[in-house]
Amino acid sequence: MITQVVTANRLVDGIVVFLAADGGWSERFDLAAVSRSEEASRRLLGIAEQAEADRVVVAPYLIDVREEDGAVRPVRFREHIRAFGPPVHPQFARPGAGA
Amino acid sequence: MYRYDEFDRTFVDQRVAQFRDQVRRRLEGELSEDEFRPLRLMNGLYLQLHAYMLRVAVPYGTLSAAQMRKLAHIARRYDRGYGHFTTRQNIQYNWPKLSETPDLLDELAEVEMHAIQTSGNCIRNVTADQFAGVAADEIEDPRIYAEIIRQWSSLHPEFSFLPRKFKVAVTGATRDRAAVKVHDIGLFIRRNAAGEVGFEVVVGGGQGRTPMIAKTVRSFVEKRHLLSYLEAIMRVYNQFGRRDNKFKARIKILVHEIGIEEFTRRVEAEWAEIRDGVLDLPADEVARIHAYFAPPAYEPEGEAAATLARQRLSDPAFNAWVRSNAVAHKQPGYAIANISLKPEGGVPGDATAEQMDAVADLAEQYSFSEIRVTHEQNLVLPDVRQDALYELWQALDAQGLATPNLNLVTDIIACPGLDYCSLANARSIPIAQRLSRRFADLKRQHDIGELRIKISGCINACGHHHVGHIGILGVDRKGEEYYQITLGGSADEDAAIGKIIGPAFSSAEVVDALEAIVETYLRVRREGERFIDTYGRVGAEPFKEVLYAAA
Amino acid sequence: MPLLKDGRLVEDPWVPLADEDPVPKDGPVLVSLARWQAEREILRVRPAPVGVRLASDDSAEALADDLADVALVAVDFPAFADGRGYSTARLLRERYGFTGELRAVGNILRDQYLFLARCGFDAFEVSDARAPEAWRAAMAEFHNFYQPAADGYASIIALRHRRVAAAE
Ligand code: SF4
Repeated sequence: MITQVVTANRLVDGIVVFLAADGGWSERFDLAAVSRSEEASRRLLGIAEQAEADRVVVAPYLIDVREEDGAVRPVRFREHIRAFGPPVHPQFARPGAGA
Repeated sequence: MYRYDEFDRTFVDQRVAQFRDQVRRRLEGELSEDEFRPLRLMNGLYLQLHAYMLRVAVPYGTLSAAQMRKLAHIARRYDRGYGHFTTRQNIQYNWPKLSETPDLLDELAEVEMHAIQTSGNCIRNVTADQFAGVAADEIEDPRIYAEIIRQWSSLHPEFSFLPRKFKVAVTGATRDRAAVKVHDIGLFIRRNAAGEVGFEVVVGGGQGRTPMIAKTVRSFVEKRHLLSYLEAIMRVYNQFGRRDNKFKARIKILVHEIGIEEFTRRVEAEWAEIRDGVLDLPADEVARIHAYFAPPAYEPEGEAAATLARQRLSDPAFNAWVRSNAVAHKQPGYAIANISLKPEGGVPGDATAEQMDAVADLAEQYSFSEIRVTHEQNLVLPDVRQDALYELWQALDAQGLATPNLNLVTDIIACPGLDYCSLANARSIPIAQRLSRRFADLKRQHDIGELRIKISGCINACGHHHVGHIGILGVDRKGEEYYQITLGGSADEDAAIGKIIGPAFSSAEVVDALEAIVETYLRVRREGERFIDTYGRVGAEPFKEVLYAAA
Repeated sequence: MPLLKDGRLVEDPWVPLADEDPVPKDGPVLVSLARWQAEREILRVRPAPVGVRLASDDSAEALADDLADVALVAVDFPAFADGRGYSTARLLRERYGFTGELRAVGNILRDQYLFLARCGFDAFEVSDARAPEAWRAAMAEFHNFYQPAADGYASIIALRHRRVAAAE
């Protein structure tokens, strides 16, 4: 089964953002809209590509996530770092790690 | 150091204005990301793992105090209060906003700095020996020629869309401190039999996925022919370098595929057509630039050496710092003071805005306002009186900048790795941090002696792992971070590519593995042997045994 | 495709010929290097001018001896990142003395106009009606250049040298 969210960088400042359920973009990973089907993923990516064309974000893509103890987590370590900030600089940790 | 004349100033100002317009067109939608990407890269602006990243050029690693202060200001005003010095003698900012980069570049231009060609498939920032001008073993200051090359390569109309990026390094010394032989073009300043000074030109070195040591194309090129010879090499590369495969596009592959004889033949044939022409370097231009690198007004030696000797005796901690971080200067009474950016548990190459300001102040006070950035990710105050070292050391210590570990086991090169880099397979920095804690004991570090550990987070080798005495390469094993170890690499005049010792280690194992290698060296070394010497004598076997015997 | 020449949009009078197309009686035609080499004796005596289109891996040298018979050379850029055409252009202009129209075709960005012009191109196949405006802006971006190239500008080194010489 598919579990995915869409991420991108904001055009103006480059900050990592996630496509939220309301169609907006959030810096918080825990506010990302979760897709549970190929069709939903396609739809989310479509919204994101429109946002790219509208110059809101750059280079959107889908990432795999998994649900664990009620919280959603990125599968790949790279995406974990991207979502929550560089581990070597805890002072730049991002909110939204969830439960 | 070099100062801009009105031509240089106008050029950089116009480059900023051009980029400002490009950013405007991007934000207003005239340019798509695909169209904008090559333009921003030609100005050092990446889109990295977390945000944009701006790489600012520090030409041949030389900075004035005023420039360093500006870098500190930029860290505060446009970033998050710190910067990262790289193996290309540059500085990177990890969090600039796209919309603010034109202003940032304007501020840089105020102190004669820029980000031109710090990325892209063009001739990158030229690097040089960090001890240029102050080394005792130097024929001539390489920065004169690095500056000439910087200017000639800036927005070169023919060579801005090369098959791949292109790196040039220059040294004027017999000891190679600039890793010259692992550059696309390396220049060694040489004296010929007639006593004239010119260049030995080596081509086709590089790291990355196919590491190679550069080969000589011409053992002596006269100064006035420097640019025409370089242009001939570049033209051959631009025409014949491979463009079908990004991984085979560097000049080293061309040299390897057609052979150094054929490559040399093509370069010489091209050079025969263009030498003695418009690219001839006028002696007055060399003299003009030379004058900027004239030595500062050194004071007579006086009691400097004696004072230093007394202070060393009375303070063992100071003595340890001098022993590892102060290097002989060509001028009696002076020393080259190295500032380690590798504190225990720190991020190699990172400096806070406060530290940058402090270094700027200290450079003004003690080193004729000059600073160097090294490819080992450290800083240098090149001209410090020996009897001022004690005060300097105390001031550095107050800023956490007096770690006495130059060239020792904890003086580790590490690329940003997966903490910051979108191309990474694994993290580099935490490995460096853990090693620096494991080997924190200074007495033990000094006992181990010179040992160059270099860590890259992927095969692109920004952390120079191929040429580390011990190299560590991060790899991805089914989503887990693993680390492959190479031994026997070297970046100096005896440049060598390290050899893989065996299967990679997990993140949990790798620090123990490193320690086992070091312990083995201590066990088998002979009197006076450095790690690299011992490895040269005994080979990989004893190390393999301890690493893999149990398995 | 509109043509930007000397900074203005102009009609393109040249008819591109595929290698198997018959050669029309008159009117300027543009042929591939291979066709030129195979049929140059015929093409040369035609009453109308002939142009040759170079692929990005064709060398300037291949045309060096024929340039007197060629009124136009078009150099192809299959991708904007493929920079071989810059060397081709400089060689045609500076080494082989070509004075006819030198046209950049294919994938080029407006931010490359200046580089292309400096290497000797004077015509560009463009798709954007605003190209002349972009061209003017691009040409005004820099006053001086560090390198001598095919556009005849004195390099900054030469300008400095002149100043020293004048002061003496
Ligand atoms: S070596 Fe790889 S991981 Fe490290 S900075 Fe270079 S590209 Fe990034």
